[in-house]
Amino acid sequence: MGREAQSEAIREATAAMADRMAAEKSFLTDLDSAIGDADHGANMNRGFQAALARLEDADDDPATLVKTVGVALVSEVGGAAGPLYGGSLMKASGELEEGVTAESSVAFAERYLETVEERGKASVGDKTMVDAITPAVHTYRKAIEVDDHDPLEALGKAVDAAERGVAFTTPIRAKKGRASYLGWRSVGHQDPGATSTLYLLEELFAVAEEHLDGDVEIDAEADVDPEELGEPAVGGDVDESANSDGGS
Amino acid sequence: MVGIVVVSHSERAAEGIREIAREMGGDARIEAVGGTEDGRIGTTPGPIREAVEAADGNGEGVVVLVDLGSAVMNAELALEEAAVDEEVVADAPILEGALNAAVAATAPNATVEAVREAAEEAAGVSKL
Repeated sequence: MGREAQSEAIREATAAMADRMAAEKSFLTDLDSAIGDADHGANMNRGFQAALARLEDADDDPATLVKTVGVALVSEVGGAAGPLYGGSLMKASGELEEGVTAESSVAFAERYLETVEERGKASVGDKTMVDAITPAVHTYRKAIEVDDHDPLEALGKAVDAAERGVAFTTPIRAKKGRASYLGWRSVGHQDPGATSTLYLLEELFAVAEEHLDGDVEIDAEADVDPEELGEPAVGGDVDESANSDGGS
Repeated sequence: MVGIVVVSHSERAAEGIREIAREMGGDARIEAVGGTEDGRIGTTPGPIREAVEAADGNGEGVVVLVDLGSAVMNAELALEEAAVDEEVVADAPILEGALNAAVAATAPNATVEAVREAAEEAAGVSKL
């Protein structure tokens, strides 16, 4: 999968995420009005619409595209989701500079999680998006590095883990974020940020399913030497001149 | 003089806090920034960065007062973008902290650290 195909997949994933945020706008805002400031759905929708618009002029390079989405979210969201989603995408995009491989996607996911934790100063159990991201990232890494799954299967397991993480947010008391001001009254409500994280991962998985059929990318895994396979590592076919806009 | 930036979810709250702080620290350079760029409740890093740069007019540094959640995170992002690596966000209640900071900033030879610490002293003050 060359950089052009990777870029096309990232554009499609962003469009799918934007559609999902538009579709879930009211539901996310309902969740947020129970325990927050009732703006999460509208904020995420606005942010992803802005991201789509900015992608139209962005170069076809995976890291650049992901960074562009991050910058749009940071500037347009207006709530805590801006720095958390946007700032973390901006930082983690640096891991994709050599393209998207099994290895770089694990590094991307880990960097994303680290940045969210640092910026939000939240840990697992605080009833935040960290409760969805942490199991997803840990599951993804283990599936690839330990269980030798291909990235698509690993991503599927990560989505399932995020779903369990979202369910885990309902019975617990919020310790971070706006919901923490409610104390015990936050118990019994599902966390909006964890929920939007799950939706975005589901869309990423759906687009990945269309682009990966299980026989790509895995040869770039950390402990496999691409030389032995007699072919260059996936993502290594750098083509900086690939600026054709793809038309999506 | 060390500048002061007040970051709130509401532009009117930020301006009101500046108004109160100015009563005590008349000469202090205070920038008020709040709300999103399209006038909603919230914060975004762009305008915070501009306020930081405006408050740091003569290069002696700034201290930033913030209200809730996204104000803290967006202030940190704005400071990273502005390449400010000193600890300048005060862990203090925004109104009392701004007032303390304004007074401290007008002292001769005030430093960023001294102004931030003055703001943070407001965290321990009991009202009753």
